[in-house]
Amino acid sequence: MKPFDYVRPATVAEAVAAAAQPGATYLAAGTNLLDLMKGGVSRPDRLVDLTHLEGLDAIERLADGGLRIGALVSNADLAHDPEFAKSYPVVAEALLSGASAQLRNAATVGGNLLQRTRCAYFYDTASRCNKRDAGSGCDARGGENRTHAVLGWSENCIATHPSDFCVPLVALGAIVEIEGKNGRREIALDELHRLPGDTPERDSALEHGDLIVAVRLPPAARGFAAHARYLKVRERTSYAFAMVSAAAALRIENGKISEARLALGGVAAKPWRARAAEDVLRGVAPTADVFQEAAWRALTDAKPSGDNAFKIALARRIVVRALTLAAAGTPARMPALPASPFASTSGAIHA
Amino acid sequence: MPELNLTSAPAHLRHGSNIGQPLTRRDGILKVRGQATYAADNHPPGMLFAVMAVSSIARGRVTSLDVTAAKCHPGVVDVMTPDHKPPLAIDPEIKTNPFVFRMEVLQSNEVRYANQPIAVVIAETLEVATEGAVLLAPRYETLPALVGLDAGESFVPPVVGVGNPTENHRGDVEAGLALAEKHIEAVYETPPQYHNAMEPHAIVAAWDGDSLQLDMPTQGLMLSLARVAELFGIAHDKIHIRSPFLGGGFGSKGFMAGPQVLGVMAAKLVRKPVKLVLRREQMYGPVGHRAPTRQRLRIGTDGEGRLTALDHHARTVSSTFDDFYEPAADASRTLYAAPAIRTSHDAVRVNTGTPLFMRAPGEATGSIALESAIDEMAWACGIDPLAFRLKNYAEVEPMTGKPFSSKALRACYEQGAARFGWSKRSLQPRRMRDDSGLLVGWGMGTATFPALMFQAEARAAIRRDGRGAMEIGAHDMGQGAWTALAQIAADAVGLDIDRVEFKAGTSDLPDAGIAGGSAHTATAGAAIHSAGAAVIAKLADLATGDERSPLFGAGNAGVIARDGRLIRRDDESRSESYAEILARAGVAEVEARGTGAPNPAAMEEYAMHAHGAVFAEVKVDPELGQIRVTRMVGAFAAGRIVNPHLVKSQLFGGMIWGMSFALHEEAITDRRSGRIMNANLGEYHIPVNADVPPLDVITVEEHDPHVNALGIKGVGEIGITGSAGAVANAVWHATGVRVRRFPIRIEELLK
Repeated sequence: MKPFDYVRPATVAEAVAAAAQPGATYLAAGTNLLDLMKGGVSRPDRLVDLTHLEGLDAIERLADGGLRIGALVSNADLAHDPEFAKSYPVVAEALLSGASAQLRNAATVGGNLLQRTRCAYFYDTASRCNKRDAGSGCDARGGENRTHAVLGWSENCIATHPSDFCVPLVALGAIVEIEGKNGRREIALDELHRLPGDTPERDSALEHGDLIVAVRLPPAARGFAAHARYLKVRERTSYAFAMVSAAAALRIENGKISEARLALGGVAAKPWRARAAEDVLRGVAPTADVFQEAAWRALTDAKPSGDNAFKIALARRIVVRALTLAAAGTPARMPALPASPFASTSGAIHA
Repeated sequence: MPELNLTSAPAHLRHGSNIGQPLTRRDGILKVRGQATYAADNHPPGMLFAVMAVSSIARGRVTSLDVTAAKCHPGVVDVMTPDHKPPLAIDPEIKTNPFVFRMEVLQSNEVRYANQPIAVVIAETLEVATEGAVLLAPRYETLPALVGLDAGESFVPPVVGVGNPTENHRGDVEAGLALAEKHIEAVYETPPQYHNAMEPHAIVAAWDGDSLQLDMPTQGLMLSLARVAELFGIAHDKIHIRSPFLGGGFGSKGFMAGPQVLGVMAAKLVRKPVKLVLRREQMYGPVGHRAPTRQRLRIGTDGEGRLTALDHHARTVSSTFDDFYEPAADASRTLYAAPAIRTSHDAVRVNTGTPLFMRAPGEATGSIALESAIDEMAWACGIDPLAFRLKNYAEVEPMTGKPFSSKALRACYEQGAARFGWSKRSLQPRRMRDDSGLLVGWGMGTATFPALMFQAEARAAIRRDGRGAMEIGAHDMGQGAWTALAQIAADAVGLDIDRVEFKAGTSDLPDAGIAGGSAHTATAGAAIHSAGAAVIAKLADLATGDERSPLFGAGNAGVIARDGRLIRRDDESRSESYAEILARAGVAEVEARGTGAPNPAAMEEYAMHAHGAVFAEVKVDPELGQIRVTRMVGAFAAGRIVNPHLVKSQLFGGMIWGMSFALHEEAITDRRSGRIMNANLGEYHIPVNADVPPLDVITVEEHDPHVNALGIKGVGEIGITGSAGAVANAVWHATGVRVRRFPIRIEELLK
């Protein structure tokens, strides 16, 4: 491996200072970064290990009814927190559908947000990739691209963001707290990840040295607990990224949807909030027809970036199904196969 | 020495005392405690680490390597390149026998496939060697890569598999098709697949003068030893290979692989012990794989649903520099009773590492196509798939007309179908749903694999303390050879298994042949059995020829060996312990050797195959196309079962692999560069635990007096065959969509 400095700051301020120099990068669990380093995709000069920072591993209920999740909370700890799973079941279901139990035990909240695309051409350093090497070209175009983006892509990049966790988070309007060289700021998660445009090398709105310290769920996010599901179609039951996924969350009052939230995963370089579809759903009864209409609205702008036109049809069907499941009500217990179309199949062994 | 009657009813053998017992694997405790020493666990003093640099292009040549940059990296000891390497005694391009495959050991700067080794960096640590390999920053002259089944002009290879004829026929297929009341024609495609043993290919090589100590996983100790001997020009007795445990082989560790030879060369270059372990992605190239196929089947039936003709043609690929041809069409030679059968192959050359044997080579690829086609034909005839198969049951081997040495396939069909509940299946597809509205499909496939035998030798001894020893250079790939062969050994010398010292896994022991072709237990077992019989005969000579023995005059065949005693056959009250016999004779031990080998006369007379029937249930989401296998039942008849516990595990593994074949596995090759884009276990999908349904294995009683002395047929590979087709057929039955390109993808079911 390429030699690198390793520093282990004790405070957030020290961490931000240590990461200021070019070539520095933060290390949390490393479930993605270490693979990238082994493959020569990422060759940092300095690793700033965050795992010994104090105070970033708490799940706090806020006075306003919101929730603050420290960036170092593990995916597993968050998903298995009973209060969290009860209040935000769609997020817990998404977390438990991601990666494997071993990876979830290690992977952190902040790291999950900042994981890199799984585009094979990004990982293959012999391929041209504008995300890895700005301006070099995109070999995914015209290559093996049946899993690539159908929304928000550009000629420069057709990669997708692989996170499950981020999909319900963006649906629920999560906010990201960032510590940077100019102090603390916060942005909506929906604005964290960038579409590729002409600069696919920039995954996110973060500046060099910025550190995500927490993710916050606003008070309103709690209101969807009774009708919220995550659905993920993938090529095996566990330990596979989504072909397409959807998070659907509804507030149903007097037989009508008073508010709807919908986001898609595996379709774009960011978790894709489908606001046009949400608008269709507001104030109407939850029927198959209206779900179909929402699905068409969600994918209005979709177009294939390669051998992946099927993902558009699949995404529509997933939207309809996720909304149908959400309307039916959040199950009392986490399904044995979270987010799977086979979630309700009896006799399933936990993924 | 008196004649021993070993082939049919061995005088001394009592099956059931050890053979047939469901012993748990004897090396299990070592393995769960991490005490089983795999090749890469060895660290001789002064050992250095070698890391390969591999080609990122699939065709062309290396024009430069920055050796200076690598050598300047602190801790790098040397960099082995085509210009700087120890000489080999022979050109590695020369095929000295049919089991020698060409390998890339830095003999030139030509690149023939992606991930080909192009240099080796040797350093004090693994990390330094790894970075040294990156610093080489190779430059290439790139030529257009040949990729895929239509890459170039096709040709008819001289042979397929291991010396099988490229084309076989019996009867007139065209006439049979012309005569047919109904016929189908269908084209199936299977992708390239990689063995992906959990343990990567590894070697720890240590030279001491011209002696060589090797720790490396191998399925063929003596084949590897002979290859090393000829490549380095040293005598066989100067080489010692240890391979006590393999973390899987599946055919990819049968022969000395190029990267392992590079490890030996590196050790020679730096005059220190060297360890070289492949990274996962480096296993997608120089260590073999299963070639892709495109298979066309044409089948005709008469008005009763009886086959009139079966035509199976397979297109496959080989490398641009060597020959291995997946014998996919051969699956159709032995299974169904068509009066006219033709099997044929052609191939194109592509920029790939040479394909190789991969668990059920030919049978796995051919079986999924044949079983799918038989299912399609049954549907075209409106006949239940099981009834259709029974209607076309082959009483003799269709291609040769030979009788089977044994064939309990009918019992497999019956017992499997009963356990599965097959009779409740709807004939029409897309008619069954579960309570939650998921589509339910039931499919079946016939499993088959030849019962092969190779050559092996074993040495047995009985010692004065009454204990026994058995030595054979056998291989445990995880299948349980340490246990199953020791069971055979224990029965062979008439002792409890704990009283027999069983040695295996090193090259200084008698040659056990290769652990492949599902033949290792049969072959090594036959040698063990024969060595045991021979040593018991020697012991019996000592007793029956000595008038002080209660066995005096019984004659060699007049005694049986049991529980450490020789017992008079006609009067069981007269017996003597091994220890007593040896003590009186004043002998420390008696020893004898025995061999196992195919019986040419029996092979001439009989067709020898294991069979099975696999039944699968899948559920499919009707809108989303996601598939889940929910149940599988496999009934297999494979002769004598030495250890039912281990055999079930083998068959489970095969059935899971079959499911993987149908639904998951595929090496995705970039159509332009020829590079494999998912060369890792994150993206090269195999089933995870959550994908694997409850599996049910039935081992069907089968007595075979002809295959070998012990009546063993082997179970290593048969589990894949039948299973892949059963899952594919279940997907059709669930959805009504016949997918002919494997693995079956979600998008095929969305249409």
